Amino acid sequence: MTAIVEVNGLERVFGANRAVDGMTFHVQPGEVFGLLGPNGAGKTTTVRLLNGILPPSGGSARVFGLDPASDGQRVRQQTGVLTETPALYERLSAYENLAFFATLTGIPEAALNGRVLEMLAFFGLEDRAKDKVETYSKGMKQRLALARALIHKPPLLFLDEPTSGLDPEAAQHVNALIADLSHQNGQTILLATHNLLEAQRLCDRVAVMNKGRILAMGSLKELSRKLWPVTWVDITFWQVPAENATGSLKTLRGVKQVTGQSVAWQVQVEGEEVIPQVVQHLAAQGASILKVNPRDYTLEDIYFALQAGEK
Amino acid sequence: MNWRSIWAIAQKDLKEVRQNKAAWGPAIIVPLIFAILMPILFTVLPQVIPVEDVERELGDMDVMLEAMPPALLALFDGLGLEQMFVLYMAGFMLAPLFLIMPLMFSTVVGSDSFVGERERKTMEALLYAPISDLELFLGKVLAAVIPAIGLSWITYLVYIIVVNVASYPLFGRIWFPLAPWWPMMFWLTPALAVLGISATVLISSRVKTFMEAYQMSASLVVLVLALVVGQVTGVLFLGVGTVLLIGSLVWLVDALLIYLSVSRFNRTSLIANL
Ligand SMILES: Nc1ncnc2c1ncn2[C@@H]1O[C@H](COP(=O)(O)OP(=O)(O)O)[C@@H](O)[C@H]1O
Ligand SMILES: [Mg+2]
Repeated sequence: MTAIVEVNGLERVFGANRAVDGMTFHVQPGEVFGLLGPNGAGKTTTVRLLNGILPPSGGSARVFGLDPASDGQRVRQQTGVLTETPALYERLSAYENLAFFATLTGIPEAALNGRVLEMLAFFGLEDRAKDKVETYSKGMKQRLALARALIHKPPLLFLDEPTSGLDPEAAQHVNALIADLSHQNGQTILLATHNLLEAQRLCDRVAVMNKGRILAMGSLKELSRKLWPVTWVDITFWQVPAENATGSLKTLRGVKQVTGQSVAWQVQVEGEEVIPQVVQHLAAQGASILKVNPRDYTLEDIYFALQAGEK
Repeated sequence: MNWRSIWAIAQKDLKEVRQNKAAWGPAIIVPLIFAILMPILFTVLPQVIPVEDVERELGDMDVMLEAMPPALLALFDGLGLEQMFVLYMAGFMLAPLFLIMPLMFSTVVGSDSFVGERERKTMEALLYAPISDLELFLGKVLAAVIPAIGLSWITYLVYIIVVNVASYPLFGRIWFPLAPWWPMMFWLTPALAVLGISATVLISSRVKTFMEAYQMSASLVVLVLALVVGQVTGVLFLGVGTVLLIGSLVWLVDALLIYLSVSRFNRTSLIANL
């Protein structure tokens, strides 16, 4: 499988400001890849570099094997971009907005009307298609902007802060649409966001970035394993095990530490695969177990651990 | 070069500017004044006011004609005083004012399409479209130039009709347009439309709002007013040769400005200006 996006040591400076400072990552077909970082991390700049609307200062980028800096138009033919602000023509209708971009992306005249109506229906905007966009809610505008990005069915979709500025309900609607695109159509997506929950919900892999650099990259699981090589398991008993169970549990392979008293224990293990053995061992010691809860790290934990490490 | 995209951009810009009343409001009133009000005033007045009063008001006609080149002067041979007055006013004095129109129309639309697009924060999505910088530029230039030339020609046509009808009782024949008006309409007017838009493109990268761009490029009108002054003071009369010469000079300036604006109109500088 060849990567759709290949970025190697990519750089972009604005004066003394290193907005993108040697980024390296690959995006595979069908993957939802997240660029996660605070404001000013360089996410939007990266999206611009990969679409050839801004030339890099160094390093290399390939999108569908093409160099966006020299072949931007052919790259953009195969990408759709949801920009940070919806950038819609407020004085025109939803239909006119989509028809305009459909023409620019080269959809033939004969297929144009059908495609526009199809997108309006998919994004639930067909009832208001003839109304001026200035009368739309923020959520509707964002859905229309998403429809515009997808009008030519691009194999690669860029989403730059897709839910920023939306109320929770509209944000959820947009996120559900993005998840649909990924699961049902296998859409390859590069998602730039500062929203941890959004990245966690939608992305297969994330690159956590700050000040133009990638601090860590991988799936949620890979990242947490990298940062915390051990897993804590909370165990709650209905009935506690025999007196010496603590000691014998510590001798089990993969168990590093056991703490806690009476019905609530904390066990530190090397990996999740050790947990079934721990449960078996305790049961053999006469315990009856109410709850076994391996502590999950959220992207938030990872994110703050990485940002702290950066300082 | 993808002309379908270029045309789509031009149409989109025109659709947008139609919604901008601050843009086309004044652009509609000015031609109405030039094409209808003023010719009626200058052709009907001398017909209702006694000649002696006209003469007293304006001084001796001969003095006004003194500065005119002989070739143009021949037009006045054998005319009565009222006829001379109408010919002088409608045929010569008002002429340079019409040159304001192509400039005004193209700077209005140009300001809306080049600066307004950025002001309304829609430029970025357009930059991500699979079109070249040049196609984007041409689409926007056409959006300004086509209506500027078209509306100017319509105004000329109305003026020609109004002048002939209003002065028919006096002349008893169709006498207008005079020869210099032809190169004015078909050589100088398109040149000024292009001048308006190319100057607007260059200005557009330095200003933030539609209004600023509109006002700055509207100052080009001073150029045209210089022609008016030139003619009133007798320094410069718009004969055929003069119009052709001025038109050629403007086209030369156009070529330079277009070259400059094309080389500066690219995604990198547009994105830096967002
Ligand atoms: N056109 C530009 N000119 C100068 N500096 C810029 C420009 N675009 C972005 N930057 C700077 O580059 C850095 C990264 O910006 P950006 O890519 O927008 O970050 P993000 O999208 O992650 O919030 C910021 O410090 C920003 O100020
Ligand atoms: Mg950003």
